[in-house]
Amino acid sequence: MSPLSVDGLRKSYDGREVVAGLGFELRRGECYGLLGPNGAGKTTTLRCCLGLTAPDAGNILLAGEPVPQRAREARRRIGVVPQFDNLDPDFTAAENLIVYGRYFGMADAEIRPLIPGLLDFAGLAGKENANIRSLSGGMKRRLTLARALVNDPELLLLDEPTTGLDPQARHLIWERLKRLLAQGKTILLTTHFMDEAERLCQRLAIIDNGRMVAEGPPRDLIRTHIEPQVVEVYGEDAPGWAQRDAARFSRRVETSGETAFCYVEDAAPLLAHLAEQPALRTLHRPANLEDVFLKLTGRELRD
Amino acid sequence: MNAMLLPRLSPRAFAVWRRNFLVWKKLAIPSMLGNLADPMIYLFGLGYGLGGMLPEVGGVPYIAFLAAGTVCASTMNAASFEALYSAFSRMHVQRTWEAIMNAPVTLEDVLAGELLWAAAKATLSGAAILVVIAALGFITSPMALWALPVIFLTGLAFAALGLIVTALAPSYDFFMYYFTLFITPMVLVCGVFFPADQLPGVVQAVAAWLPLTHAVSLIRPLLFGEIPGAIGLHLIALLAVAVVAFCIASVLIRRRLLK
Repeated sequence: MSPLSVDGLRKSYDGREVVAGLGFELRRGECYGLLGPNGAGKTTTLRCCLGLTAPDAGNILLAGEPVPQRAREARRRIGVVPQFDNLDPDFTAAENLIVYGRYFGMADAEIRPLIPGLLDFAGLAGKENANIRSLSGGMKRRLTLARALVNDPELLLLDEPTTGLDPQARHLIWERLKRLLAQGKTILLTTHFMDEAERLCQRLAIIDNGRMVAEGPPRDLIRTHIEPQVVEVYGEDAPGWAQRDAARFSRRVETSGETAFCYVEDAAPLLAHLAEQPALRTLHRPANLEDVFLKLTGRELRD
Repeated sequence: MNAMLLPRLSPRAFAVWRRNFLVWKKLAIPSMLGNLADPMIYLFGLGYGLGGMLPEVGGVPYIAFLAAGTVCASTMNAASFEALYSAFSRMHVQRTWEAIMNAPVTLEDVLAGELLWAAAKATLSGAAILVVIAALGFITSPMALWALPVIFLTGLAFAALGLIVTALAPSYDFFMYYFTLFITPMVLVCGVFFPADQLPGVVQAVAAWLPLTHAVSLIRPLLFGEIPGAIGLHLIALLAVAVVAFCIASVLIRRRLLK
C-alpha cells in the first residue's frame, strides 16, 4: 500500500484555483519531490495531505487512512518538517522533543530514552539543555527534523527543508535525509532547489499553477523534456547575437538579461562559431533539471 | 455546532495544557508575584485609603468588600491576558499551534487545552488573593472554599471570550480595544469597587448581563459565608458564556487557520 496517494486534488482560495487536479502516488521507501515555483501550490498540497485544510475535490489516502476524515489517525504515523521553524523557544532541545512526543500520546518514560539518539542524529549530541534561541538556523532545522522523528514515522513530509540555510547546513540535512531513506522511510519533499531535488529524489513532479506539468526520475525528465547540451552565451551583445545568429545553430534559444541559453543536440558547430566571436564568453554544459524546470514553468518571476 | 465540535476533542488537549504548564513552571515565581502585585496595590491602596473614610459597605469593612471584588477582577484579568496575549503569540507569532496540529492533535484539542490552561492560571491568580485576604483575617467561613470552583468557572468564561478576540486579532494592538471597551468598564459596573446598585438603572440593567456580575454575585457571598442568591442563574450564565464563546472561538479560529 502506498504511504500517500493523492487523486484529483483541487483547492481554491477566493475563486483562484491553487491546486487544480493534482494526483500522485508515493512508493514505499522513495523520496518523492514536489518541485515548483513560489505559489505553485506545493504547501497547499501538503496541508491538504495532512488534513489541515479541506480540499474542494479529490481523494487523499495517507498511511492508509482517508484524509481529511481520519486525518488525526493518519498523522500518528507521519512526521512533518514545516517550512517555518516553529520549535518552542521557551524550551530546551530535549524539552522540545518530550513535549512533542506527548502530542502523539507517548508517555515521558517512552520518549526520554529516545532523546540522545534523536539529538545525535540531528548532530546535536550533548545539546539536551541548549536553549532554542542559542541554536543556529541549521541546528534548528535539524532539531525540527529530529522532532518529526519522535514518533518513528513511516512517512516524512518536508516543506522546503533547506530554504534559508547555508551550503554546509544544507549538505548536512541532505546527508541525514539519505540516512533516513536508507532506513526505509518514505519522504515527500517540496523544494524549489534543483540540486536538492536532483540529489535526493528518486522521482519528482514539477508542478505549476496547481497542475502537474511533468513527473518522473530526474534523469528521465532531463532526457525527455530537453536537448542534452546547453551553451550559455554571455556578453553585452549576447541578446543581439542571439537574435541574429543563434537560430542557425540551435532550435531553441532563451535570453535572460545578457545571457543567451542555447539548447542543442550537438554543440560542436555552435562552439566553433562562438570561438570566432571574441566579445562573447561561453559556457558549455550538459542540460540539468533547472533547464527542464525553466522550460516547463517559464522564466518570468513568481512572487 | 457542538455536534461537530465534540468528536474532534480528545484527551490530547491535556498535552497542550501540559506544554503551557511547563513554560509557566520555568517562570512561576516572578509570574505569580507579578500577578499578585497589581491587585494587591489596588486592594491596599483603595481598601485602607478609601476604606478609612467609609462606613461598612454591604455589611462588611470596605477592604473586605473590595477584596472579594478583587478576587473576581483578578481572575478575569488573568484569564483574559492568557487567552489574548499568550495564546496569540502561540497561535500567530511562534506558530506553536501549527506545530502541534502536525501531530495527531486537532485544533479543538489545542483550543480546549488553551481554555483549560487559561482558566487554571486564572484560578491560581484568584486563589492567591484569596489566601492573602484569608491571612489578613477577612475570610472566616470554610464556605469560602466553594469560591474556588466558581473562580475556575469564571476563568473558563473569560478565557473563552478572550479566544474569540484572539481569533479576530490582526496584531497585539487589537487587544487594547477589548480591554478598554469591555474589560475595564466591566470592572467599574459589575460591583468590584462598589455595589452595583449605586449606578443608574440603565447601567445596572446592562451590567446584569455581563459575566463579571455573575462572578461577583457568586463569589462575594461565598467568601463571607453566605449562600448566594439566584445561585443557579449565575452558574448557568457563566457556564453558558464559557460554552457558547468557546464554540464561536473554535469556528473563528478554524476559519482563520485551517482555511
